[in-house]
Amino acid sequence: MASQLLRRAGKLINVSASATKNLASSLAPISQANRSFASAAEDTNPITIEIAVPYKAHKCEPPSLLATTTPQELVQFFKTMFLMRRMEIAADSLYKSKFIRGFCHLYDGQEAVCVGMEAALTKTDCIVTAYRDHCIHLGRGGTVKEIMSELMGRKDGCSLGKGGSMHMYKKENNFYGGNGIVGAQTPLGAGLAFAQKYSKVEGVTLAMYGDGAANQGQLFEAMNIAALWDLPVIFVCENNHYGMGTAEWRSAKSPEYYRRGDYVPGLKVDGMDALAVKQAVKYAKEYALTKGAFVLEMDTYRYHGHSMSDPGSTYRTRDEISGVRQERDPIERIRKLLLAKEIVTVADLKNMEKEAKKEVDDAVAQAKPDPSELLSHIYVKGLGTEVFGPDRKEFTAVLP
Amino acid sequence: MLPESSLVLGLSFEVKTETGSTATAQQGHELLLFEALREGLEEEMERDPTVCVIGEDVGHYGGSYKVTKGMAEKFGDLRLLDTPIAENSFTGMAIGAAMTGLRPIVEGMNMGFLLLAFNQIANNCGMLHYTSGGQFTIPIVIRGPGGVGKQLGAEHSQRLESYFQSVPGLQMVACSTPYNAKGLMKAAIRSENPVILFEHVLLYNLKERIPDEEYVLCLEEAELVRPGQDITILTYSRMRHHVLQAVKTLVSKGYDPEVIDIRSLKPFDLFAIGNSVKKTHKVLIVEECMRTGGIGASLRAAIMENFFDELDAPIGCLSSQDVPTPYAGPLEDLTVVQPPQIVFAVEQLCKH
Repeated sequence: MASQLLRRAGKLINVSASATKNLASSLAPISQANRSFASAAEDTNPITIEIAVPYKAHKCEPPSLLATTTPQELVQFFKTMFLMRRMEIAADSLYKSKFIRGFCHLYDGQEAVCVGMEAALTKTDCIVTAYRDHCIHLGRGGTVKEIMSELMGRKDGCSLGKGGSMHMYKKENNFYGGNGIVGAQTPLGAGLAFAQKYSKVEGVTLAMYGDGAANQGQLFEAMNIAALWDLPVIFVCENNHYGMGTAEWRSAKSPEYYRRGDYVPGLKVDGMDALAVKQAVKYAKEYALTKGAFVLEMDTYRYHGHSMSDPGSTYRTRDEISGVRQERDPIERIRKLLLAKEIVTVADLKNMEKEAKKEVDDAVAQAKPDPSELLSHIYVKGLGTEVFGPDRKEFTAVLP
Repeated sequence: MLPESSLVLGLSFEVKTETGSTATAQQGHELLLFEALREGLEEEMERDPTVCVIGEDVGHYGGSYKVTKGMAEKFGDLRLLDTPIAENSFTGMAIGAAMTGLRPIVEGMNMGFLLLAFNQIANNCGMLHYTSGGQFTIPIVIRGPGGVGKQLGAEHSQRLESYFQSVPGLQMVACSTPYNAKGLMKAAIRSENPVILFEHVLLYNLKERIPDEEYVLCLEEAELVRPGQDITILTYSRMRHHVLQAVKTLVSKGYDPEVIDIRSLKPFDLFAIGNSVKKTHKVLIVEECMRTGGIGASLRAAIMENFFDELDAPIGCLSSQDVPTPYAGPLEDLTVVQPPQIVFAVEQLCKH
């Protein structure tokens, strides 16, 4: 059993061990030395990076392995991913000090998926995901402050403190949450795409789910209707190889989630490489807008357990976790790229990190939750229905 | 004389004759209940392009109970969407579409099939308005035939109102005549809340004369079917007609029952019910739900909490037996409340 774990751990780490060697060879330093950080942050000259891990395609042609990006974009990737990482770690310590309760599912390790997706999308495109949604909310225009407030149940949280960790939404930027039940968001995603097609909106929907949800029947139902009616939906499987405590090889007969769509074409992407993700999502978006449903499997990894109640070490080895962190960490990858291309200096990166830490620390100081929010938003229009507290003597309110 | 029911909550009671028709001799037009539903649906779809129907066989087939017959030719396949047999996902899809502003109507071919979509209805449909802090509204209508039919078997004779009643955020209404079917359908479509509209398999061919003018009923109002002094009989859906049959016998025996069709199953129209209880001081609830955990159970609790001092007798409640509905006709009849039982119960209660 232990040897099995070790063998599979090796597989996960080695995915891009050879890739990092390729990364080194694909780096060509830019001739201008000592460019200032300020200019790098605004520099929109295109540069081409070769994507290290090749795509695996199902019923389609894979996109090119040459990704174009700009120094500005790479700097933005670093800043956003680092902010997300700090935010999740802050959530970890807040949970341990009991400021955050209930369920808290952290996204650290998977940041490249979110950041790469956003780089290829606009706010007209819709995203719906499951409960590992803090960073996706941030990517969709949320602030660390409203996320932290929501996690601690404060009234200025993004759902007024009534949703919690698993129910974060941002309607104006087409982020539909934030769903607690595994797999239930995939038909919602098909519905969002249906509405886009119905109202003739030029956008796609990304319905995100995990390797655990990939075995849900409603996902196959959603894929069928999406393909049947050519809905512009991209099903994104964030494969972090563990469905809570059960490894993918123990719960799925076929771990090739990008093939699960059968008649729906799919791609397998190295989910720890933000540029590879961006390239794949761009490709998928074009396909979805012109032809119909598409599946993307993001090969990614989570450092934390499934949630804060799960130590994350009973079903995998610590060596595996630290191995992936060393070889495939998405933030380190961008850091190496930025330094090798001499876009920023080490000091610049340290400044960015300091700023991110400060932003997170500031966001953590909040007000108390307000009990008046308990009874609003149950019905849309007021009904005047009365509600009684448990003893029916003291507490009555009229539902607004 | 036009009925006074309107969008105003609380004060308008319509006095109706026993068969339920309201218009004078030749005004209005006659139709069957499923046609009334269709009329309401068509009017709303013409009025608002975001209204669409999603369900099995609603498009080309015209609906398994002919509610959407001819509409796909008129409005197109996208607005009358034929789905594969996948209730969980197409209900979820409708909810996702509603989140963006569309107003879908989900038709369950039989309400019992919506049990497969229970998660979507309870967690997503009912709760998204709350968990998103008010950002999203789900203006969806979920409708379909339920109740005990003619020997349809246990799994096709479900009464889902009892299962959904405790989901916060859902509104539930039950129609019983062509007049209220059309009015409730229109009101449900126009409502910003998710509404479950319970129709009954055996009532689709009820005929009635309804007004030509456009009318929309209030979702939260009960309907006074027959005013009286002796006892308040609360009922809904098919049992309304069993009650009216029993009332004929009771009147001939000298009783004067007041019959209220509660229509709104969640929330209850306690204003109308309370006024009636204050007048008669006795209540009998007649429902098709199971005895355990049904609408009657909740209604009894609500009446007792609010109007205990007005009651002269314990609240009577006639419900279906707590058994799966058997196939054999006579056995099936035994599980559902029949008019003689209603007459007997009223006689017992009126002895107090």
